[in-house]
Amino acid sequence: MGDFRMPSLGADMERGKLIEWLVKPGDYVHRGDLVAVVDTDKTVMDVETFEEGIVAELFTDIGSTVPVGTVMARIVQTPAETSAAAPGQGPPRAVPPPEGTTEAAPRPRSWPPPIRNLAQRLGVDLASVAGTGPAGAVTRADVERAAAAAGAAAGAGGAVPAEQVPAAVPPPAKPVPAVAAQAEPVRGRTVRSSPRARKIARELGIDPAAVHGSGPEGAVTESDVRAAAARAGAAAGPEQAAPPGPEQAAPATPLPPPGPPAEAAEAGGAADRRGSLRRAVGKLMSRSKKDIPHYYLSSTVDLHAALTWMEAANARVPVASRLVPAALLLKATALAALEVPEVNGHYADGRHRPSSAVHLGVAVSLREGGIIAPAIRDADSLALADLMASLRDVVGRARSGRLQRAEMADPTLTVTNLGDLGVDAVFGVIYPPQVAMVGFGRIAEQAWAHEGMLAARRCVTATLSADHRVSDGLRGGRFLARIGELLQKPEEL
Amino acid sequence: MNRTKAAETAWAALHQVAPDLEPDLTEGGARLRQDLELDSLDFLALVETLSRDAGVEIPESDYAQVATVDGLVGYLETHG
Repeated sequence: MGDFRMPSLGADMERGKLIEWLVKPGDYVHRGDLVAVVDTDKTVMDVETFEEGIVAELFTDIGSTVPVGTVMARIVQTPAETSAAAPGQGPPRAVPPPEGTTEAAPRPRSWPPPIRNLAQRLGVDLASVAGTGPAGAVTRADVERAAAAAGAAAGAGGAVPAEQVPAAVPPPAKPVPAVAAQAEPVRGRTVRSSPRARKIARELGIDPAAVHGSGPEGAVTESDVRAAAARAGAAAGPEQAAPPGPEQAAPATPLPPPGPPAEAAEAGGAADRRGSLRRAVGKLMSRSKKDIPHYYLSSTVDLHAALTWMEAANARVPVASRLVPAALLLKATALAALEVPEVNGHYADGRHRPSSAVHLGVAVSLREGGIIAPAIRDADSLALADLMASLRDVVGRARSGRLQRAEMADPTLTVTNLGDLGVDAVFGVIYPPQVAMVGFGRIAEQAWAHEGMLAARRCVTATLSADHRVSDGLRGGRFLARIGELLQKPEEL
Repeated sequence: MNRTKAAETAWAALHQVAPDLEPDLTEGGARLRQDLELDSLDFLALVETLSRDAGVEIPESDYAQVATVDGLVGYLETHG
């Protein structure tokens, strides 16, 4: 058995707030399964478990803030251990038990990945599906039948409430496992919604489960949430969420102006986050400047070859596949870091631990202020197109406040600015426990002497802030020079 | 497309890329990068949105023409 604890999602994290449980007592979890959504000072993250077994009990209430290391849930490995446990304290959004609840002890259940994927796609809670396969195994047909039954019951386009599934499916050939009956009451129904919609719902105090979804497959959209908040504010004051019902169907206008209550509530939440993010950044940077003896180098790189190549490549592909210069700069940085390991890795316990892979942190400025630096994992081995896709994905999720733990916890080298701020050069502050920070300034035309001629060339100033405990200017200079050289052969990136 | 439609299309796409933009920020002369603080990824998302929703393809060689809100609206008017 093991405990699920509040994880440390970054060197500067001291505590975290539980936003959501993604599991319920009785669930079988594998190593790597996402179990909770945690709000740190910086962002909201999905957190996975390193234990395998049955979730026996949830100790932390949704909305409470606990220090790093606090036991939040108990995960056990045998049914006996589970049955000894008291029924867990579920999230506040509990629903009445379905008819036919039995008190028998839950037993471990797991489903093969194809079944889990299918169920997730169709919005079916597997724990409530009766298996008709060998030994009560859930088959694809069972899942599809459950989805169809739920769809018929809930009406087309509506979110599929999981608790309606057992009632609507044909009588099962085998007894329904007790775990389904016990677990169901504490979870509430699964709601399809975008991270942004969920974030806004949280800020506005709206329960997404109570909002009618107008999005694809009944997904709750941002406009649904705002519309529900506006109605709740008008009808009953800001504390009360709108009840579900057909009259709550939101018009599918893309840009509804937020109502006054919604605006006020969101401004409060954003201000809180801005303040705590500012403090977190400040604390980490103070530590960096106190502990790390920084040295700084800069070098101007001719981007003529790289940008000419990129523009030709972009002209041949659809808009969605176009590259931005940042992708080339990141790839060159990652490859150079492989050759100069002194800038890559972590400094811990008085020595440098180089990393064999380059997990490249990308400093993303958030619109509401502050910065966050999630990682593009294995940036050195990603093809340019894949690195570009990762960059867009990770920046998008950083801005919508939805990153995964691995992306926050372990960049081995961070890159900042990406040429978009309009400054010539940026000398970054190293993120502990990393040992270097690379900065790129604005890409601009400069008078460039080349083979005895003057020409206007697009250039960028690359900078390095590095840790003198690990490297010195000679190796740092070599690293910057390699970035410049690699960018002269963009087709090999 | 006519100017009104072009302006609507531009604003809808901008709002999709940067939902927090204030309407009064998007005056004609506003520069997308410097004033509206769109970075290169936001800008690419904007180009992608216009291609998908309005059917207007902006090749990279025309990026300079759509550096301001006015420029963008004018471009949509001509090419949409």
